[in-house]
Amino acid sequence: MNTTQINLIEPAGDEARENYLTEHTVRSWLLTTDHKRIGILYLLSILVFFAIAAVAAAMMRIELLTPNGHLVLPETYNKLFTIHGVLMVWFFLIPSIPSVLGNFVIPMMIGARDVAFPKLNLLSWYLFLVGGALAVYSVIIGGVDTGWTFYTPYSSTYSNSNVVTMIAGVFVAGFSSILTGLNFIVTIHKMRAPGMTWFRLPLFIWSLYSTSLILVLATPVLAITLLAISVERIWGVGIFDPDLGGDPVLFQHMFWFYSHPAVYVMILPGMGVISELVTCFSRKTIFGYYFIAFSSIAIAVVGFLVWGHHMFVSSQSIYAGLVFSVLSFIVAAPSAIKVFNWTATLYKGSISYDTPMLYALAFIGLFTIGGLTGLFLAALAVDVHLHDTYFVIAHFHYIMVGGMVTGFMGGLHYWWPKISGRMYPESLGRIAALVTFIGFNLTFFPQFLLGYLGQPRRYHSYPPEFQIFHVLSTAGASVLMIGYLMPLCYFVWSLWYGKKAPANPWEATGLEWKTASPPPCDNFEETPLVTHKPYQYKPEELREGAQHA
Amino acid sequence: MPFHLFPEDAAANGHQVDQIFWALAALSVFIMALVFLPLGYFAIRYRKGNPVDRTLKNFSTWKFEVTWTIIPLFIGLGIFAWAAEVYFHIETPPANALEVSVVGKQWMWKLQHEEGNREINEMHIPVGRAVKLTMTSQDVIHDFFVPAFRAKQDVVPGRYTTEWFTPTRTGRYRIFCAQYCGTSHAAMIGWVDVMEPADYQRWLLSTGQGETMAAAGGRLYTALGCSGCHGMSSKIHAPGLEGLYGRPVPLNDGHIVTADDQYIRDSILLPGSQIAVGYQNLMPSFKGHLSEEELMELISYIKSLGSKPAQEHQQ
Repeated sequence: MNTTQINLIEPAGDEARENYLTEHTVRSWLLTTDHKRIGILYLLSILVFFAIAAVAAAMMRIELLTPNGHLVLPETYNKLFTIHGVLMVWFFLIPSIPSVLGNFVIPMMIGARDVAFPKLNLLSWYLFLVGGALAVYSVIIGGVDTGWTFYTPYSSTYSNSNVVTMIAGVFVAGFSSILTGLNFIVTIHKMRAPGMTWFRLPLFIWSLYSTSLILVLATPVLAITLLAISVERIWGVGIFDPDLGGDPVLFQHMFWFYSHPAVYVMILPGMGVISELVTCFSRKTIFGYYFIAFSSIAIAVVGFLVWGHHMFVSSQSIYAGLVFSVLSFIVAAPSAIKVFNWTATLYKGSISYDTPMLYALAFIGLFTIGGLTGLFLAALAVDVHLHDTYFVIAHFHYIMVGGMVTGFMGGLHYWWPKISGRMYPESLGRIAALVTFIGFNLTFFPQFLLGYLGQPRRYHSYPPEFQIFHVLSTAGASVLMIGYLMPLCYFVWSLWYGKKAPANPWEATGLEWKTASPPPCDNFEETPLVTHKPYQYKPEELREGAQHA
Repeated sequence: MPFHLFPEDAAANGHQVDQIFWALAALSVFIMALVFLPLGYFAIRYRKGNPVDRTLKNFSTWKFEVTWTIIPLFIGLGIFAWAAEVYFHIETPPANALEVSVVGKQWMWKLQHEEGNREINEMHIPVGRAVKLTMTSQDVIHDFFVPAFRAKQDVVPGRYTTEWFTPTRTGRYRIFCAQYCGTSHAAMIGWVDVMEPADYQRWLLSTGQGETMAAAGGRLYTALGCSGCHGMSSKIHAPGLEGLYGRPVPLNDGHIVTADDQYIRDSILLPGSQIAVGYQNLMPSFKGHLSEEELMELISYIKSLGSKPAQEHQQ
């Protein structure tokens, strides 16, 4: 709003103007190399996986209403939590913000026409789809009962389910992650518009840059680990099974060496979205830009060194436990820095409560609780009691759902006008955000208490004294479901009936708002020139001589 | 519907764990107040259209950044050190503890006391005395979790892990398997029965097998022909086992290991892996010939052949 260099392309009701959605053929979608269309392909595919995983969660919550629920058999319950975990982690959360919103906005935010390797980008999506299809196929032919963590020797020797098929799905999808990460790193290095220096980058870019580093460096380890399970399972080569001369705890080291950094893949992008939203809707420059930017990098780096905090009771050396514990306390600091800076950004702002901002505030609240309960689990002696209980379940859902999914919803609402060219109904949006927040807390807060009481995870039946908390949690899950179904309905509705969106409905400063909604195929009519830092917001009350009391 | 808000607290280590838990809870509330109170205040005061002063004075942000990074970090490191100290205590069983052997399998717990008494999914122990579990699994990884004792440890195939606690209150407390182990994971549960010492003695007598674990191990030692090589009068050059337990053993490859449960187990199952210095790799593997319970009995026997803490079993 402070620069006018490309306001020439405001559509101003020009229906005939071509944009990236104009062409309607199936072929034009399936063979597209446009990062915006690929983002939308990802959005549609992850929604399918989310739906399957959510149905699995709903069935588990119904089963858990009574101590000896008889909705499903024990082996079915075990398959349900495996499906839920695998699909939510690898086929929803990991691609959610990076592959959907990242694909859509990264090139526009840095003033580029596309990502560095557009064809590779399309290949990523196809790999993702093949991986997802394999995972769903393994469910159709009978399912997998190992849990998403695939602990050995259960997964490699004892389980009689379709482990190899499921693993193959995750393995292939991993390459999609690696290619996407690679693409983003090169794009951010090489495709920035003239004048877009590193410290003029929006913080969303910093967080996705850190995320991409993790994807590229950690995912190959997951591939090796999953391959090793398959080799042991198919050919009986002793790697993890002690009966064959292997070491079952080795698997945990390898798995968490990937999966703990992957946890940060499931939160850093959410933090990036919140950094955009908080500053935009309080009309104030972000507080502590450098600290937020570098805290993302710090999280990515230190996040590689804390994997052993999943293994304090695994028979890992207690001295190793000591090191992993102290590093886990240290990695909490950069997250805390972000929360404090977001809060400080509100000071003397001019805050409006549009739907994206409600999600941002919900994120800060839920992520703070998720982060603080992480300290309980990082504290060695306390983790001995809480490990593998519902406390852990509650903690990581506060991070991944309360944090990442809330961030994803906030970002989706924020960029929806840009993506679709339509406005969603604002009041319904606010109600849905509120319903989600209430439903989420009702679902997961009781699980902290359950965990402290000692309820272990992955139990299809439980002692009667735990029932009250399970009932609350199931009630919350029903509310949460409404909170997620509402946006689905009104987003679809808005595609036909929503108000036409202007180029910049939020009066935001990012380059993505300086082009039309929806953007033309090449994003910008002419390459933008960047002359100042991001987030040059000013409270309306201070603008053009407005009075203040 | 029975209902507790907090778990029962029936073991000495549990108090220490709970103290850290509540300290962390207090810290969490404090930090939440630190974030949410200003957040709420700013959110209301600086809402759009509210006529308040919004002019910013120039101030250096780095002072804020350093303050809110350093202070929580040091509080966190303090809690780390406290929890680490308690963890080391929890993970180091005392020497004079009552010993119980635990074998996990899909999906039950098999326990044996030194006196030979066996139980399944139940553990009878006396109040006020440290109890040490030596655990292994005969299939997948399990986890022996007693919430009332705040005690938990994975039970891993191919290795021995230990867990200990000192019960402070008589009563019945739940055992859960905490590590997912397959179809009936949720049914791998049981009870700890904490009894008055006199009741415990009566229980031992009334359920006794007439043979201690060490005696059963001694029978195996002879039956399997171990004494043929390891015995005093043997012509074959094999290391003697008297006084072996707990002693440092120099190996052929220059390492020195302690002759603990794990070492003896490995030497029986994988005799070629760690050869004591001055000996040949002659011993056949007993892998597949011994159950986990029998292995534990053999170890108990070798332990009874002399080492300071095991003297008391020799009568």
